[in-house]
Amino acid sequence: MTEIRALYTLWLREIKRFIRDRVRVIVSFVQPLLWLVVFAGGFGARLLIPGINYQQYLFPGIIGQTLLFTAMFMGISVIWDKEFGFMKEILVAPVSRFTIFMGKMFGDSTAALLQGIIVFAFGFILGIPFNPITLIAVLPIMLLITFGLVSVGLTIASFMGSLENFGAIQTFINLPLFFLSGALFPVSGPGTPEWLQVASTFNPLTYGIDALRTIILGSAWTPLQPLYINLGIVCIFDVVMVGVGTWAFGRMK
Amino acid sequence: MPYTIQTHKLTKTFNTLKAVDSLDITVEPGEIFGLLGPNGAGKTTTVSMLCTILKPTSGTATVNGYDLISEADKVRKSIGIVFQDPSIDDRLTARENLTMHANLYGVPASEQKDRIARILKLVELEDRADDLLRTYSGGMRRRLELGRGLIHYPKVLFLDEPTVGLDPQTRDHIWKYIKELKEAHDITVVLTTHYMDEADRLSDRIAIMDHGKIVVLDTPPALKETLEGDVVTVRANNIDALNKLVSHWLGLNQTRIVDGALEITVHNGKAALPRIMEIATQNNIYVESLISREPNLEDVFLHYTGRSIREDNSRELHGLAAAQRRAIR
Ligand SMILES: Nc1ncnc2c1ncn2[C@@H]1O[C@H](COP(=O)(O)OP(=O)(O)OP(=O)(O)O)[C@@H](O)[C@H]1O
Ligand SMILES: [Mg+2]
Repeated sequence: MTEIRALYTLWLREIKRFIRDRVRVIVSFVQPLLWLVVFAGGFGARLLIPGINYQQYLFPGIIGQTLLFTAMFMGISVIWDKEFGFMKEILVAPVSRFTIFMGKMFGDSTAALLQGIIVFAFGFILGIPFNPITLIAVLPIMLLITFGLVSVGLTIASFMGSLENFGAIQTFINLPLFFLSGALFPVSGPGTPEWLQVASTFNPLTYGIDALRTIILGSAWTPLQPLYINLGIVCIFDVVMVGVGTWAFGRMK
Repeated sequence: MPYTIQTHKLTKTFNTLKAVDSLDITVEPGEIFGLLGPNGAGKTTTVSMLCTILKPTSGTATVNGYDLISEADKVRKSIGIVFQDPSIDDRLTARENLTMHANLYGVPASEQKDRIARILKLVELEDRADDLLRTYSGGMRRRLELGRGLIHYPKVLFLDEPTVGLDPQTRDHIWKYIKELKEAHDITVVLTTHYMDEADRLSDRIAIMDHGKIVVLDTPPALKETLEGDVVTVRANNIDALNKLVSHWLGLNQTRIVDGALEITVHNGKAALPRIMEIATQNNIYVESLISREPNLEDVFLHYTGRSIREDNSRELHGLAAAQRRAIR
């Protein structure tokens, strides 16, 4: 009971901090719009997928990208807490490290989910066809994708001493994951270099984005894997990363 | 009578530096225990170990009867701590910070509102309770941190330099408040400080710590009594010459030079004044001023550590006193 209340209070704190950071929320609208309007507009005619226009193809990818970037970025809260001393208050409390990790993880995942929903809303505005039911189906998938990614961000941040290092490491991880996930272009099929195909199979985001496409694009999209396999792989990734994150928080001073 | 805190050879080593060196102390229930020492003495390291934040390199301790290592969780539940460095979330309001703390420490939801209201009143932040902490002054934040440490009714409260950077009025206020708390809630307090007046006013017992070791431990009056005498301060045109002459005359008593003035510890200050004047005059030394006063904790500290507690370390023992000090070591 105590642990659950602690979990709730840690979750709530992350949400409050996120919502109060208005600048970040507003700025975060810009990037997905650039991809969906400018990039898709200029690049789209060159990449032909039968039955789907490029903007439609890109849309689930950009949701995935938003989740990835936001989730990884949220790790910064750990570094802030260390730098501004609040981490000591949390670590000295009679609460297990697992709870502390999960509180932050759920909080940051909720924040990333909110960003994902905003991008989803752009879909309506840009006229990407889907029915409202998809939204309900997409939410849990977005969350599943986020849990693992947030855990990666938190784990890295728990090892980092400074904001600068964290920024550098993030770019180092974000871009390869993004480019090799099928978010921007198909990672299988004729003409795709073999190394790229292989590399993308090791990327958990590939399966997450494929799952999103399966739901959002419906029968127009031929999935790489059946939905249950995609989600199964994402779930395994989540569980492993939560384990790693809890371990990392356990050794944090 | 069980001790509230009891340490057994508690040691913390950083690389090769022994920050805390085989510490054996006992803190009795209901007392305010002052840990006094200069920068780097090992005060924070000691408190961090007792709060289970740092793992001892060797040795152990019990806090409220719980073992530091095997029962860390129980220790955490029964203590409150105000860290030396800030540890509040400045993007939240005071009330939110307090609520969060209450939830982390399992304070029943039904009691939270009352307790938080009472704490806010105690630290006089009721009218600012719903402002973000980033709009608070340093002293207000410090008061909130003090209040926060109390919400879960800890049995032992660790205060690591609670009044650093506060104005005299706020310090005074916080001192009063710490004393009241101890009496009203029957809390045991461990207080670290490098302010002599703070240790003197608050502590029932003071441990002077230096280089990770307790140099001496006693009540403030007893500590002052160990000096047995008065402190005479002389300002003159040739301090070094006077120092030599007086050291020679006084034999085993102490002289030292502090900020360009000669400080002399003697059994009877008033009786010594004319003699010192006489020595100076006979040797053509011009005396600018000459005062006798009772010893304070600052003198005690200097006596036992050979160093001033002030950060600039401008006070050094000279002459015989330094030799005596070396002999003690
Ligand atoms: N994490 C650490 N790594 C290495 N050395 C440390 C660490 N923490 C403390 N020390 C060293 O241990 C010694 C004791 O430090 P501590 O913080 O306990 O002193 P303190 O008595 O609290 O001093 P202050 O009055 O400045 O707060 C110092 O020499 C310090 O440099
Ligand atoms: Mg300290």
